[in-house]
Amino acid sequence: MSAGTRPVADGAAPPAPASGAAAQIQLSGIERSFQLGDSVVHALRHVDLSIAAGDYVSVMGPSGSGKSTLLNVLGLLDSPDAGRYRLEGRDVTTLSPAEQARVRSRRIGFIFQSFHLVPRLSAAENVALPMMLAGIPAAERGPRVRKALDDFGLADRAHHRPDELSGGQRQRVAIARATVMQPAMLLADEPTGNLDRATGEEVIRLLEELHGRGMTLIMVTHDQALGDRAHRQLYLEDGAIRRDTRRADAPPG
Amino acid sequence: MRPRDLLGSAVGAAAGNPLRTALLMLAMAIGVAAVVVLTALGDGARRYVVREFSALGSNLVIVLPGRTATGGVNPGSAVTSTPRDLTVADARALKRASGVLRVAPIVVGTSEISVGGRLRGAMVVGATAEFIDVRRFTLAQGRFLPDEDWERGSSVMVLGAKLRSDLFGSGPALGQFARIGDRRFRIVGVLASTGAGLGMNTDELAIVPVAQAQAMFDTHTLFRILIEARSRSLLETVKQQAVSVLAQRHGGEQDVTVITQDAVLATFDRLLGTLTLGVAGIAAISLAVAGILVMNVMLVSVTQRRAEIGLMKALGGSQGTIRALFLAEASLLSMAGAIGGFVLGHAGAWVIRALYPTLPAWPPDWAVIAALLTALVTGVLFGVMPAQRAARLDPVLALARR
Repeated sequence: MSAGTRPVADGAAPPAPASGAAAQIQLSGIERSFQLGDSVVHALRHVDLSIAAGDYVSVMGPSGSGKSTLLNVLGLLDSPDAGRYRLEGRDVTTLSPAEQARVRSRRIGFIFQSFHLVPRLSAAENVALPMMLAGIPAAERGPRVRKALDDFGLADRAHHRPDELSGGQRQRVAIARATVMQPAMLLADEPTGNLDRATGEEVIRLLEELHGRGMTLIMVTHDQALGDRAHRQLYLEDGAIRRDTRRADAPPG
Repeated sequence: MRPRDLLGSAVGAAAGNPLRTALLMLAMAIGVAAVVVLTALGDGARRYVVREFSALGSNLVIVLPGRTATGGVNPGSAVTSTPRDLTVADARALKRASGVLRVAPIVVGTSEISVGGRLRGAMVVGATAEFIDVRRFTLAQGRFLPDEDWERGSSVMVLGAKLRSDLFGSGPALGQFARIGDRRFRIVGVLASTGAGLGMNTDELAIVPVAQAQAMFDTHTLFRILIEARSRSLLETVKQQAVSVLAQRHGGEQDVTVITQDAVLATFDRLLGTLTLGVAGIAAISLAVAGILVMNVMLVSVTQRRAEIGLMKALGGSQGTIRALFLAEASLLSMAGAIGGFVLGHAGAWVIRALYPTLPAWPPDWAVIAALLTALVTGVLFGVMPAQRAARLDPVLALARR
């Protein structure tokens, strides 16, 4: 492990120890680089990271520091060039694409800055999409979609299309969609980036509520205030974790 | 993903872009309609010719004197060299063969017919009473040659429609006398006008009993013996019976040629069938063009829906699911277009039939089935590449670019 990637504790609480099989997420020696013209960009440099189940982690850092790449690797959307990723004790880097899709379907929920709702589908259909892709029959989907929309205060918006919804409503639909399969972890990439302060606050409260129910929440953000609300803060720079801190009042991860 | 959801999603995606969907279906529809209409035309022409030939009597077996070049060297041909005449007695012998319904021995020659002062050259056919049935002629007036002893014909004559009006003008012809050479014939019937047909023009014939014609032209041999088989299925039997009966009568020598009308018809049938096939092939090119269009449109669709594809991957859609989605859409649109083209093509064939009632322009079943199958296969085949591209899309890039 190079000096640059060694986690640096800065006071408050020591980072959660990589406690072997107990950790939900275990990255060791993850490398990811992209070819941009004739130069090679190292998005992730030898990243070692361990995240416990049910933790609340914010990932911060300047643009191009590798935050999104880290999130994509964690969500199995991107494959590292080197290193090992163990998810719930299973090495997922060696899985076939179809098996990776299955893991994404059952264990991981994504929330994006720009919501990524399918414009031609209604709110209910957008929420039903992950279940449809997973092959869950329509009869079972209906009640679950209704419950999800209900939980997020969208019951009266079920048949509205995304362009008929406000930004906050859209992100709530997206969160309903991300959680309808009851994943073990939520990966949010700047979930409030396209929202005003008040709406963003509302969305964060929703996410924290989900975390409170036991979901692991990992959120990329530019907003220091938001980042500080997380129990654990990762600070990335040049593809390496520079700081890994834990709030003093947070339960041990 | 469940098949029903797959179909529903494909329909939704197709409905989401009506212009693209409509264009794609139109291209497919034109391809299928082209096949249906063109094969209807080709097959219509084939049926038309077959029908015209059948009007001549499709159960016909024709016996010609002499062998055509096709025969090989056989022991018989080494012994004798002069072919025997085909005689009226031969014709009578043929009549006893089991598969034979009617026999018409004929003699043909040209001569001059005179009525009063008028003189006219005409083709004279020596025939028997059954000739009219064998050739399916109809009478306009009077009756045909009497059924009598073939070897001593009475002095009667049946005229073609044009010959009648040339000789008698608007005056009555039945019961009048006309002269051929030094023989006098009483006119007993006039044939209905048929216009120019295949073979000889019946409107200018003068038909007399075969014995009279043989005497007139001073010959013992026949020009042809026409045999009508009892049914179409007996044609080959009758042909063989004719060959063996005549060989027996001619001292074991096969010195006649026996052909069937059916053989000629089969040749035409084959020829026009091939033509239809060729036309169908040309029309199929438009189906291939439609297929390439499907591919293009689907490729554009993949590019336009990158974010959606990336999202579906993030939500747990496997490569197989996404491939299946795009393939379902391509094949659905192709099928819908093909059915549209099928209806359009039938409408086109109907218009042709309405405009040209004599042409039975019905598309053959094989062409319709082939066109529909080709459309579907083309759609799926040309949909594979775009679907593959969608399935292999990098979700990170697809989600990042909007």
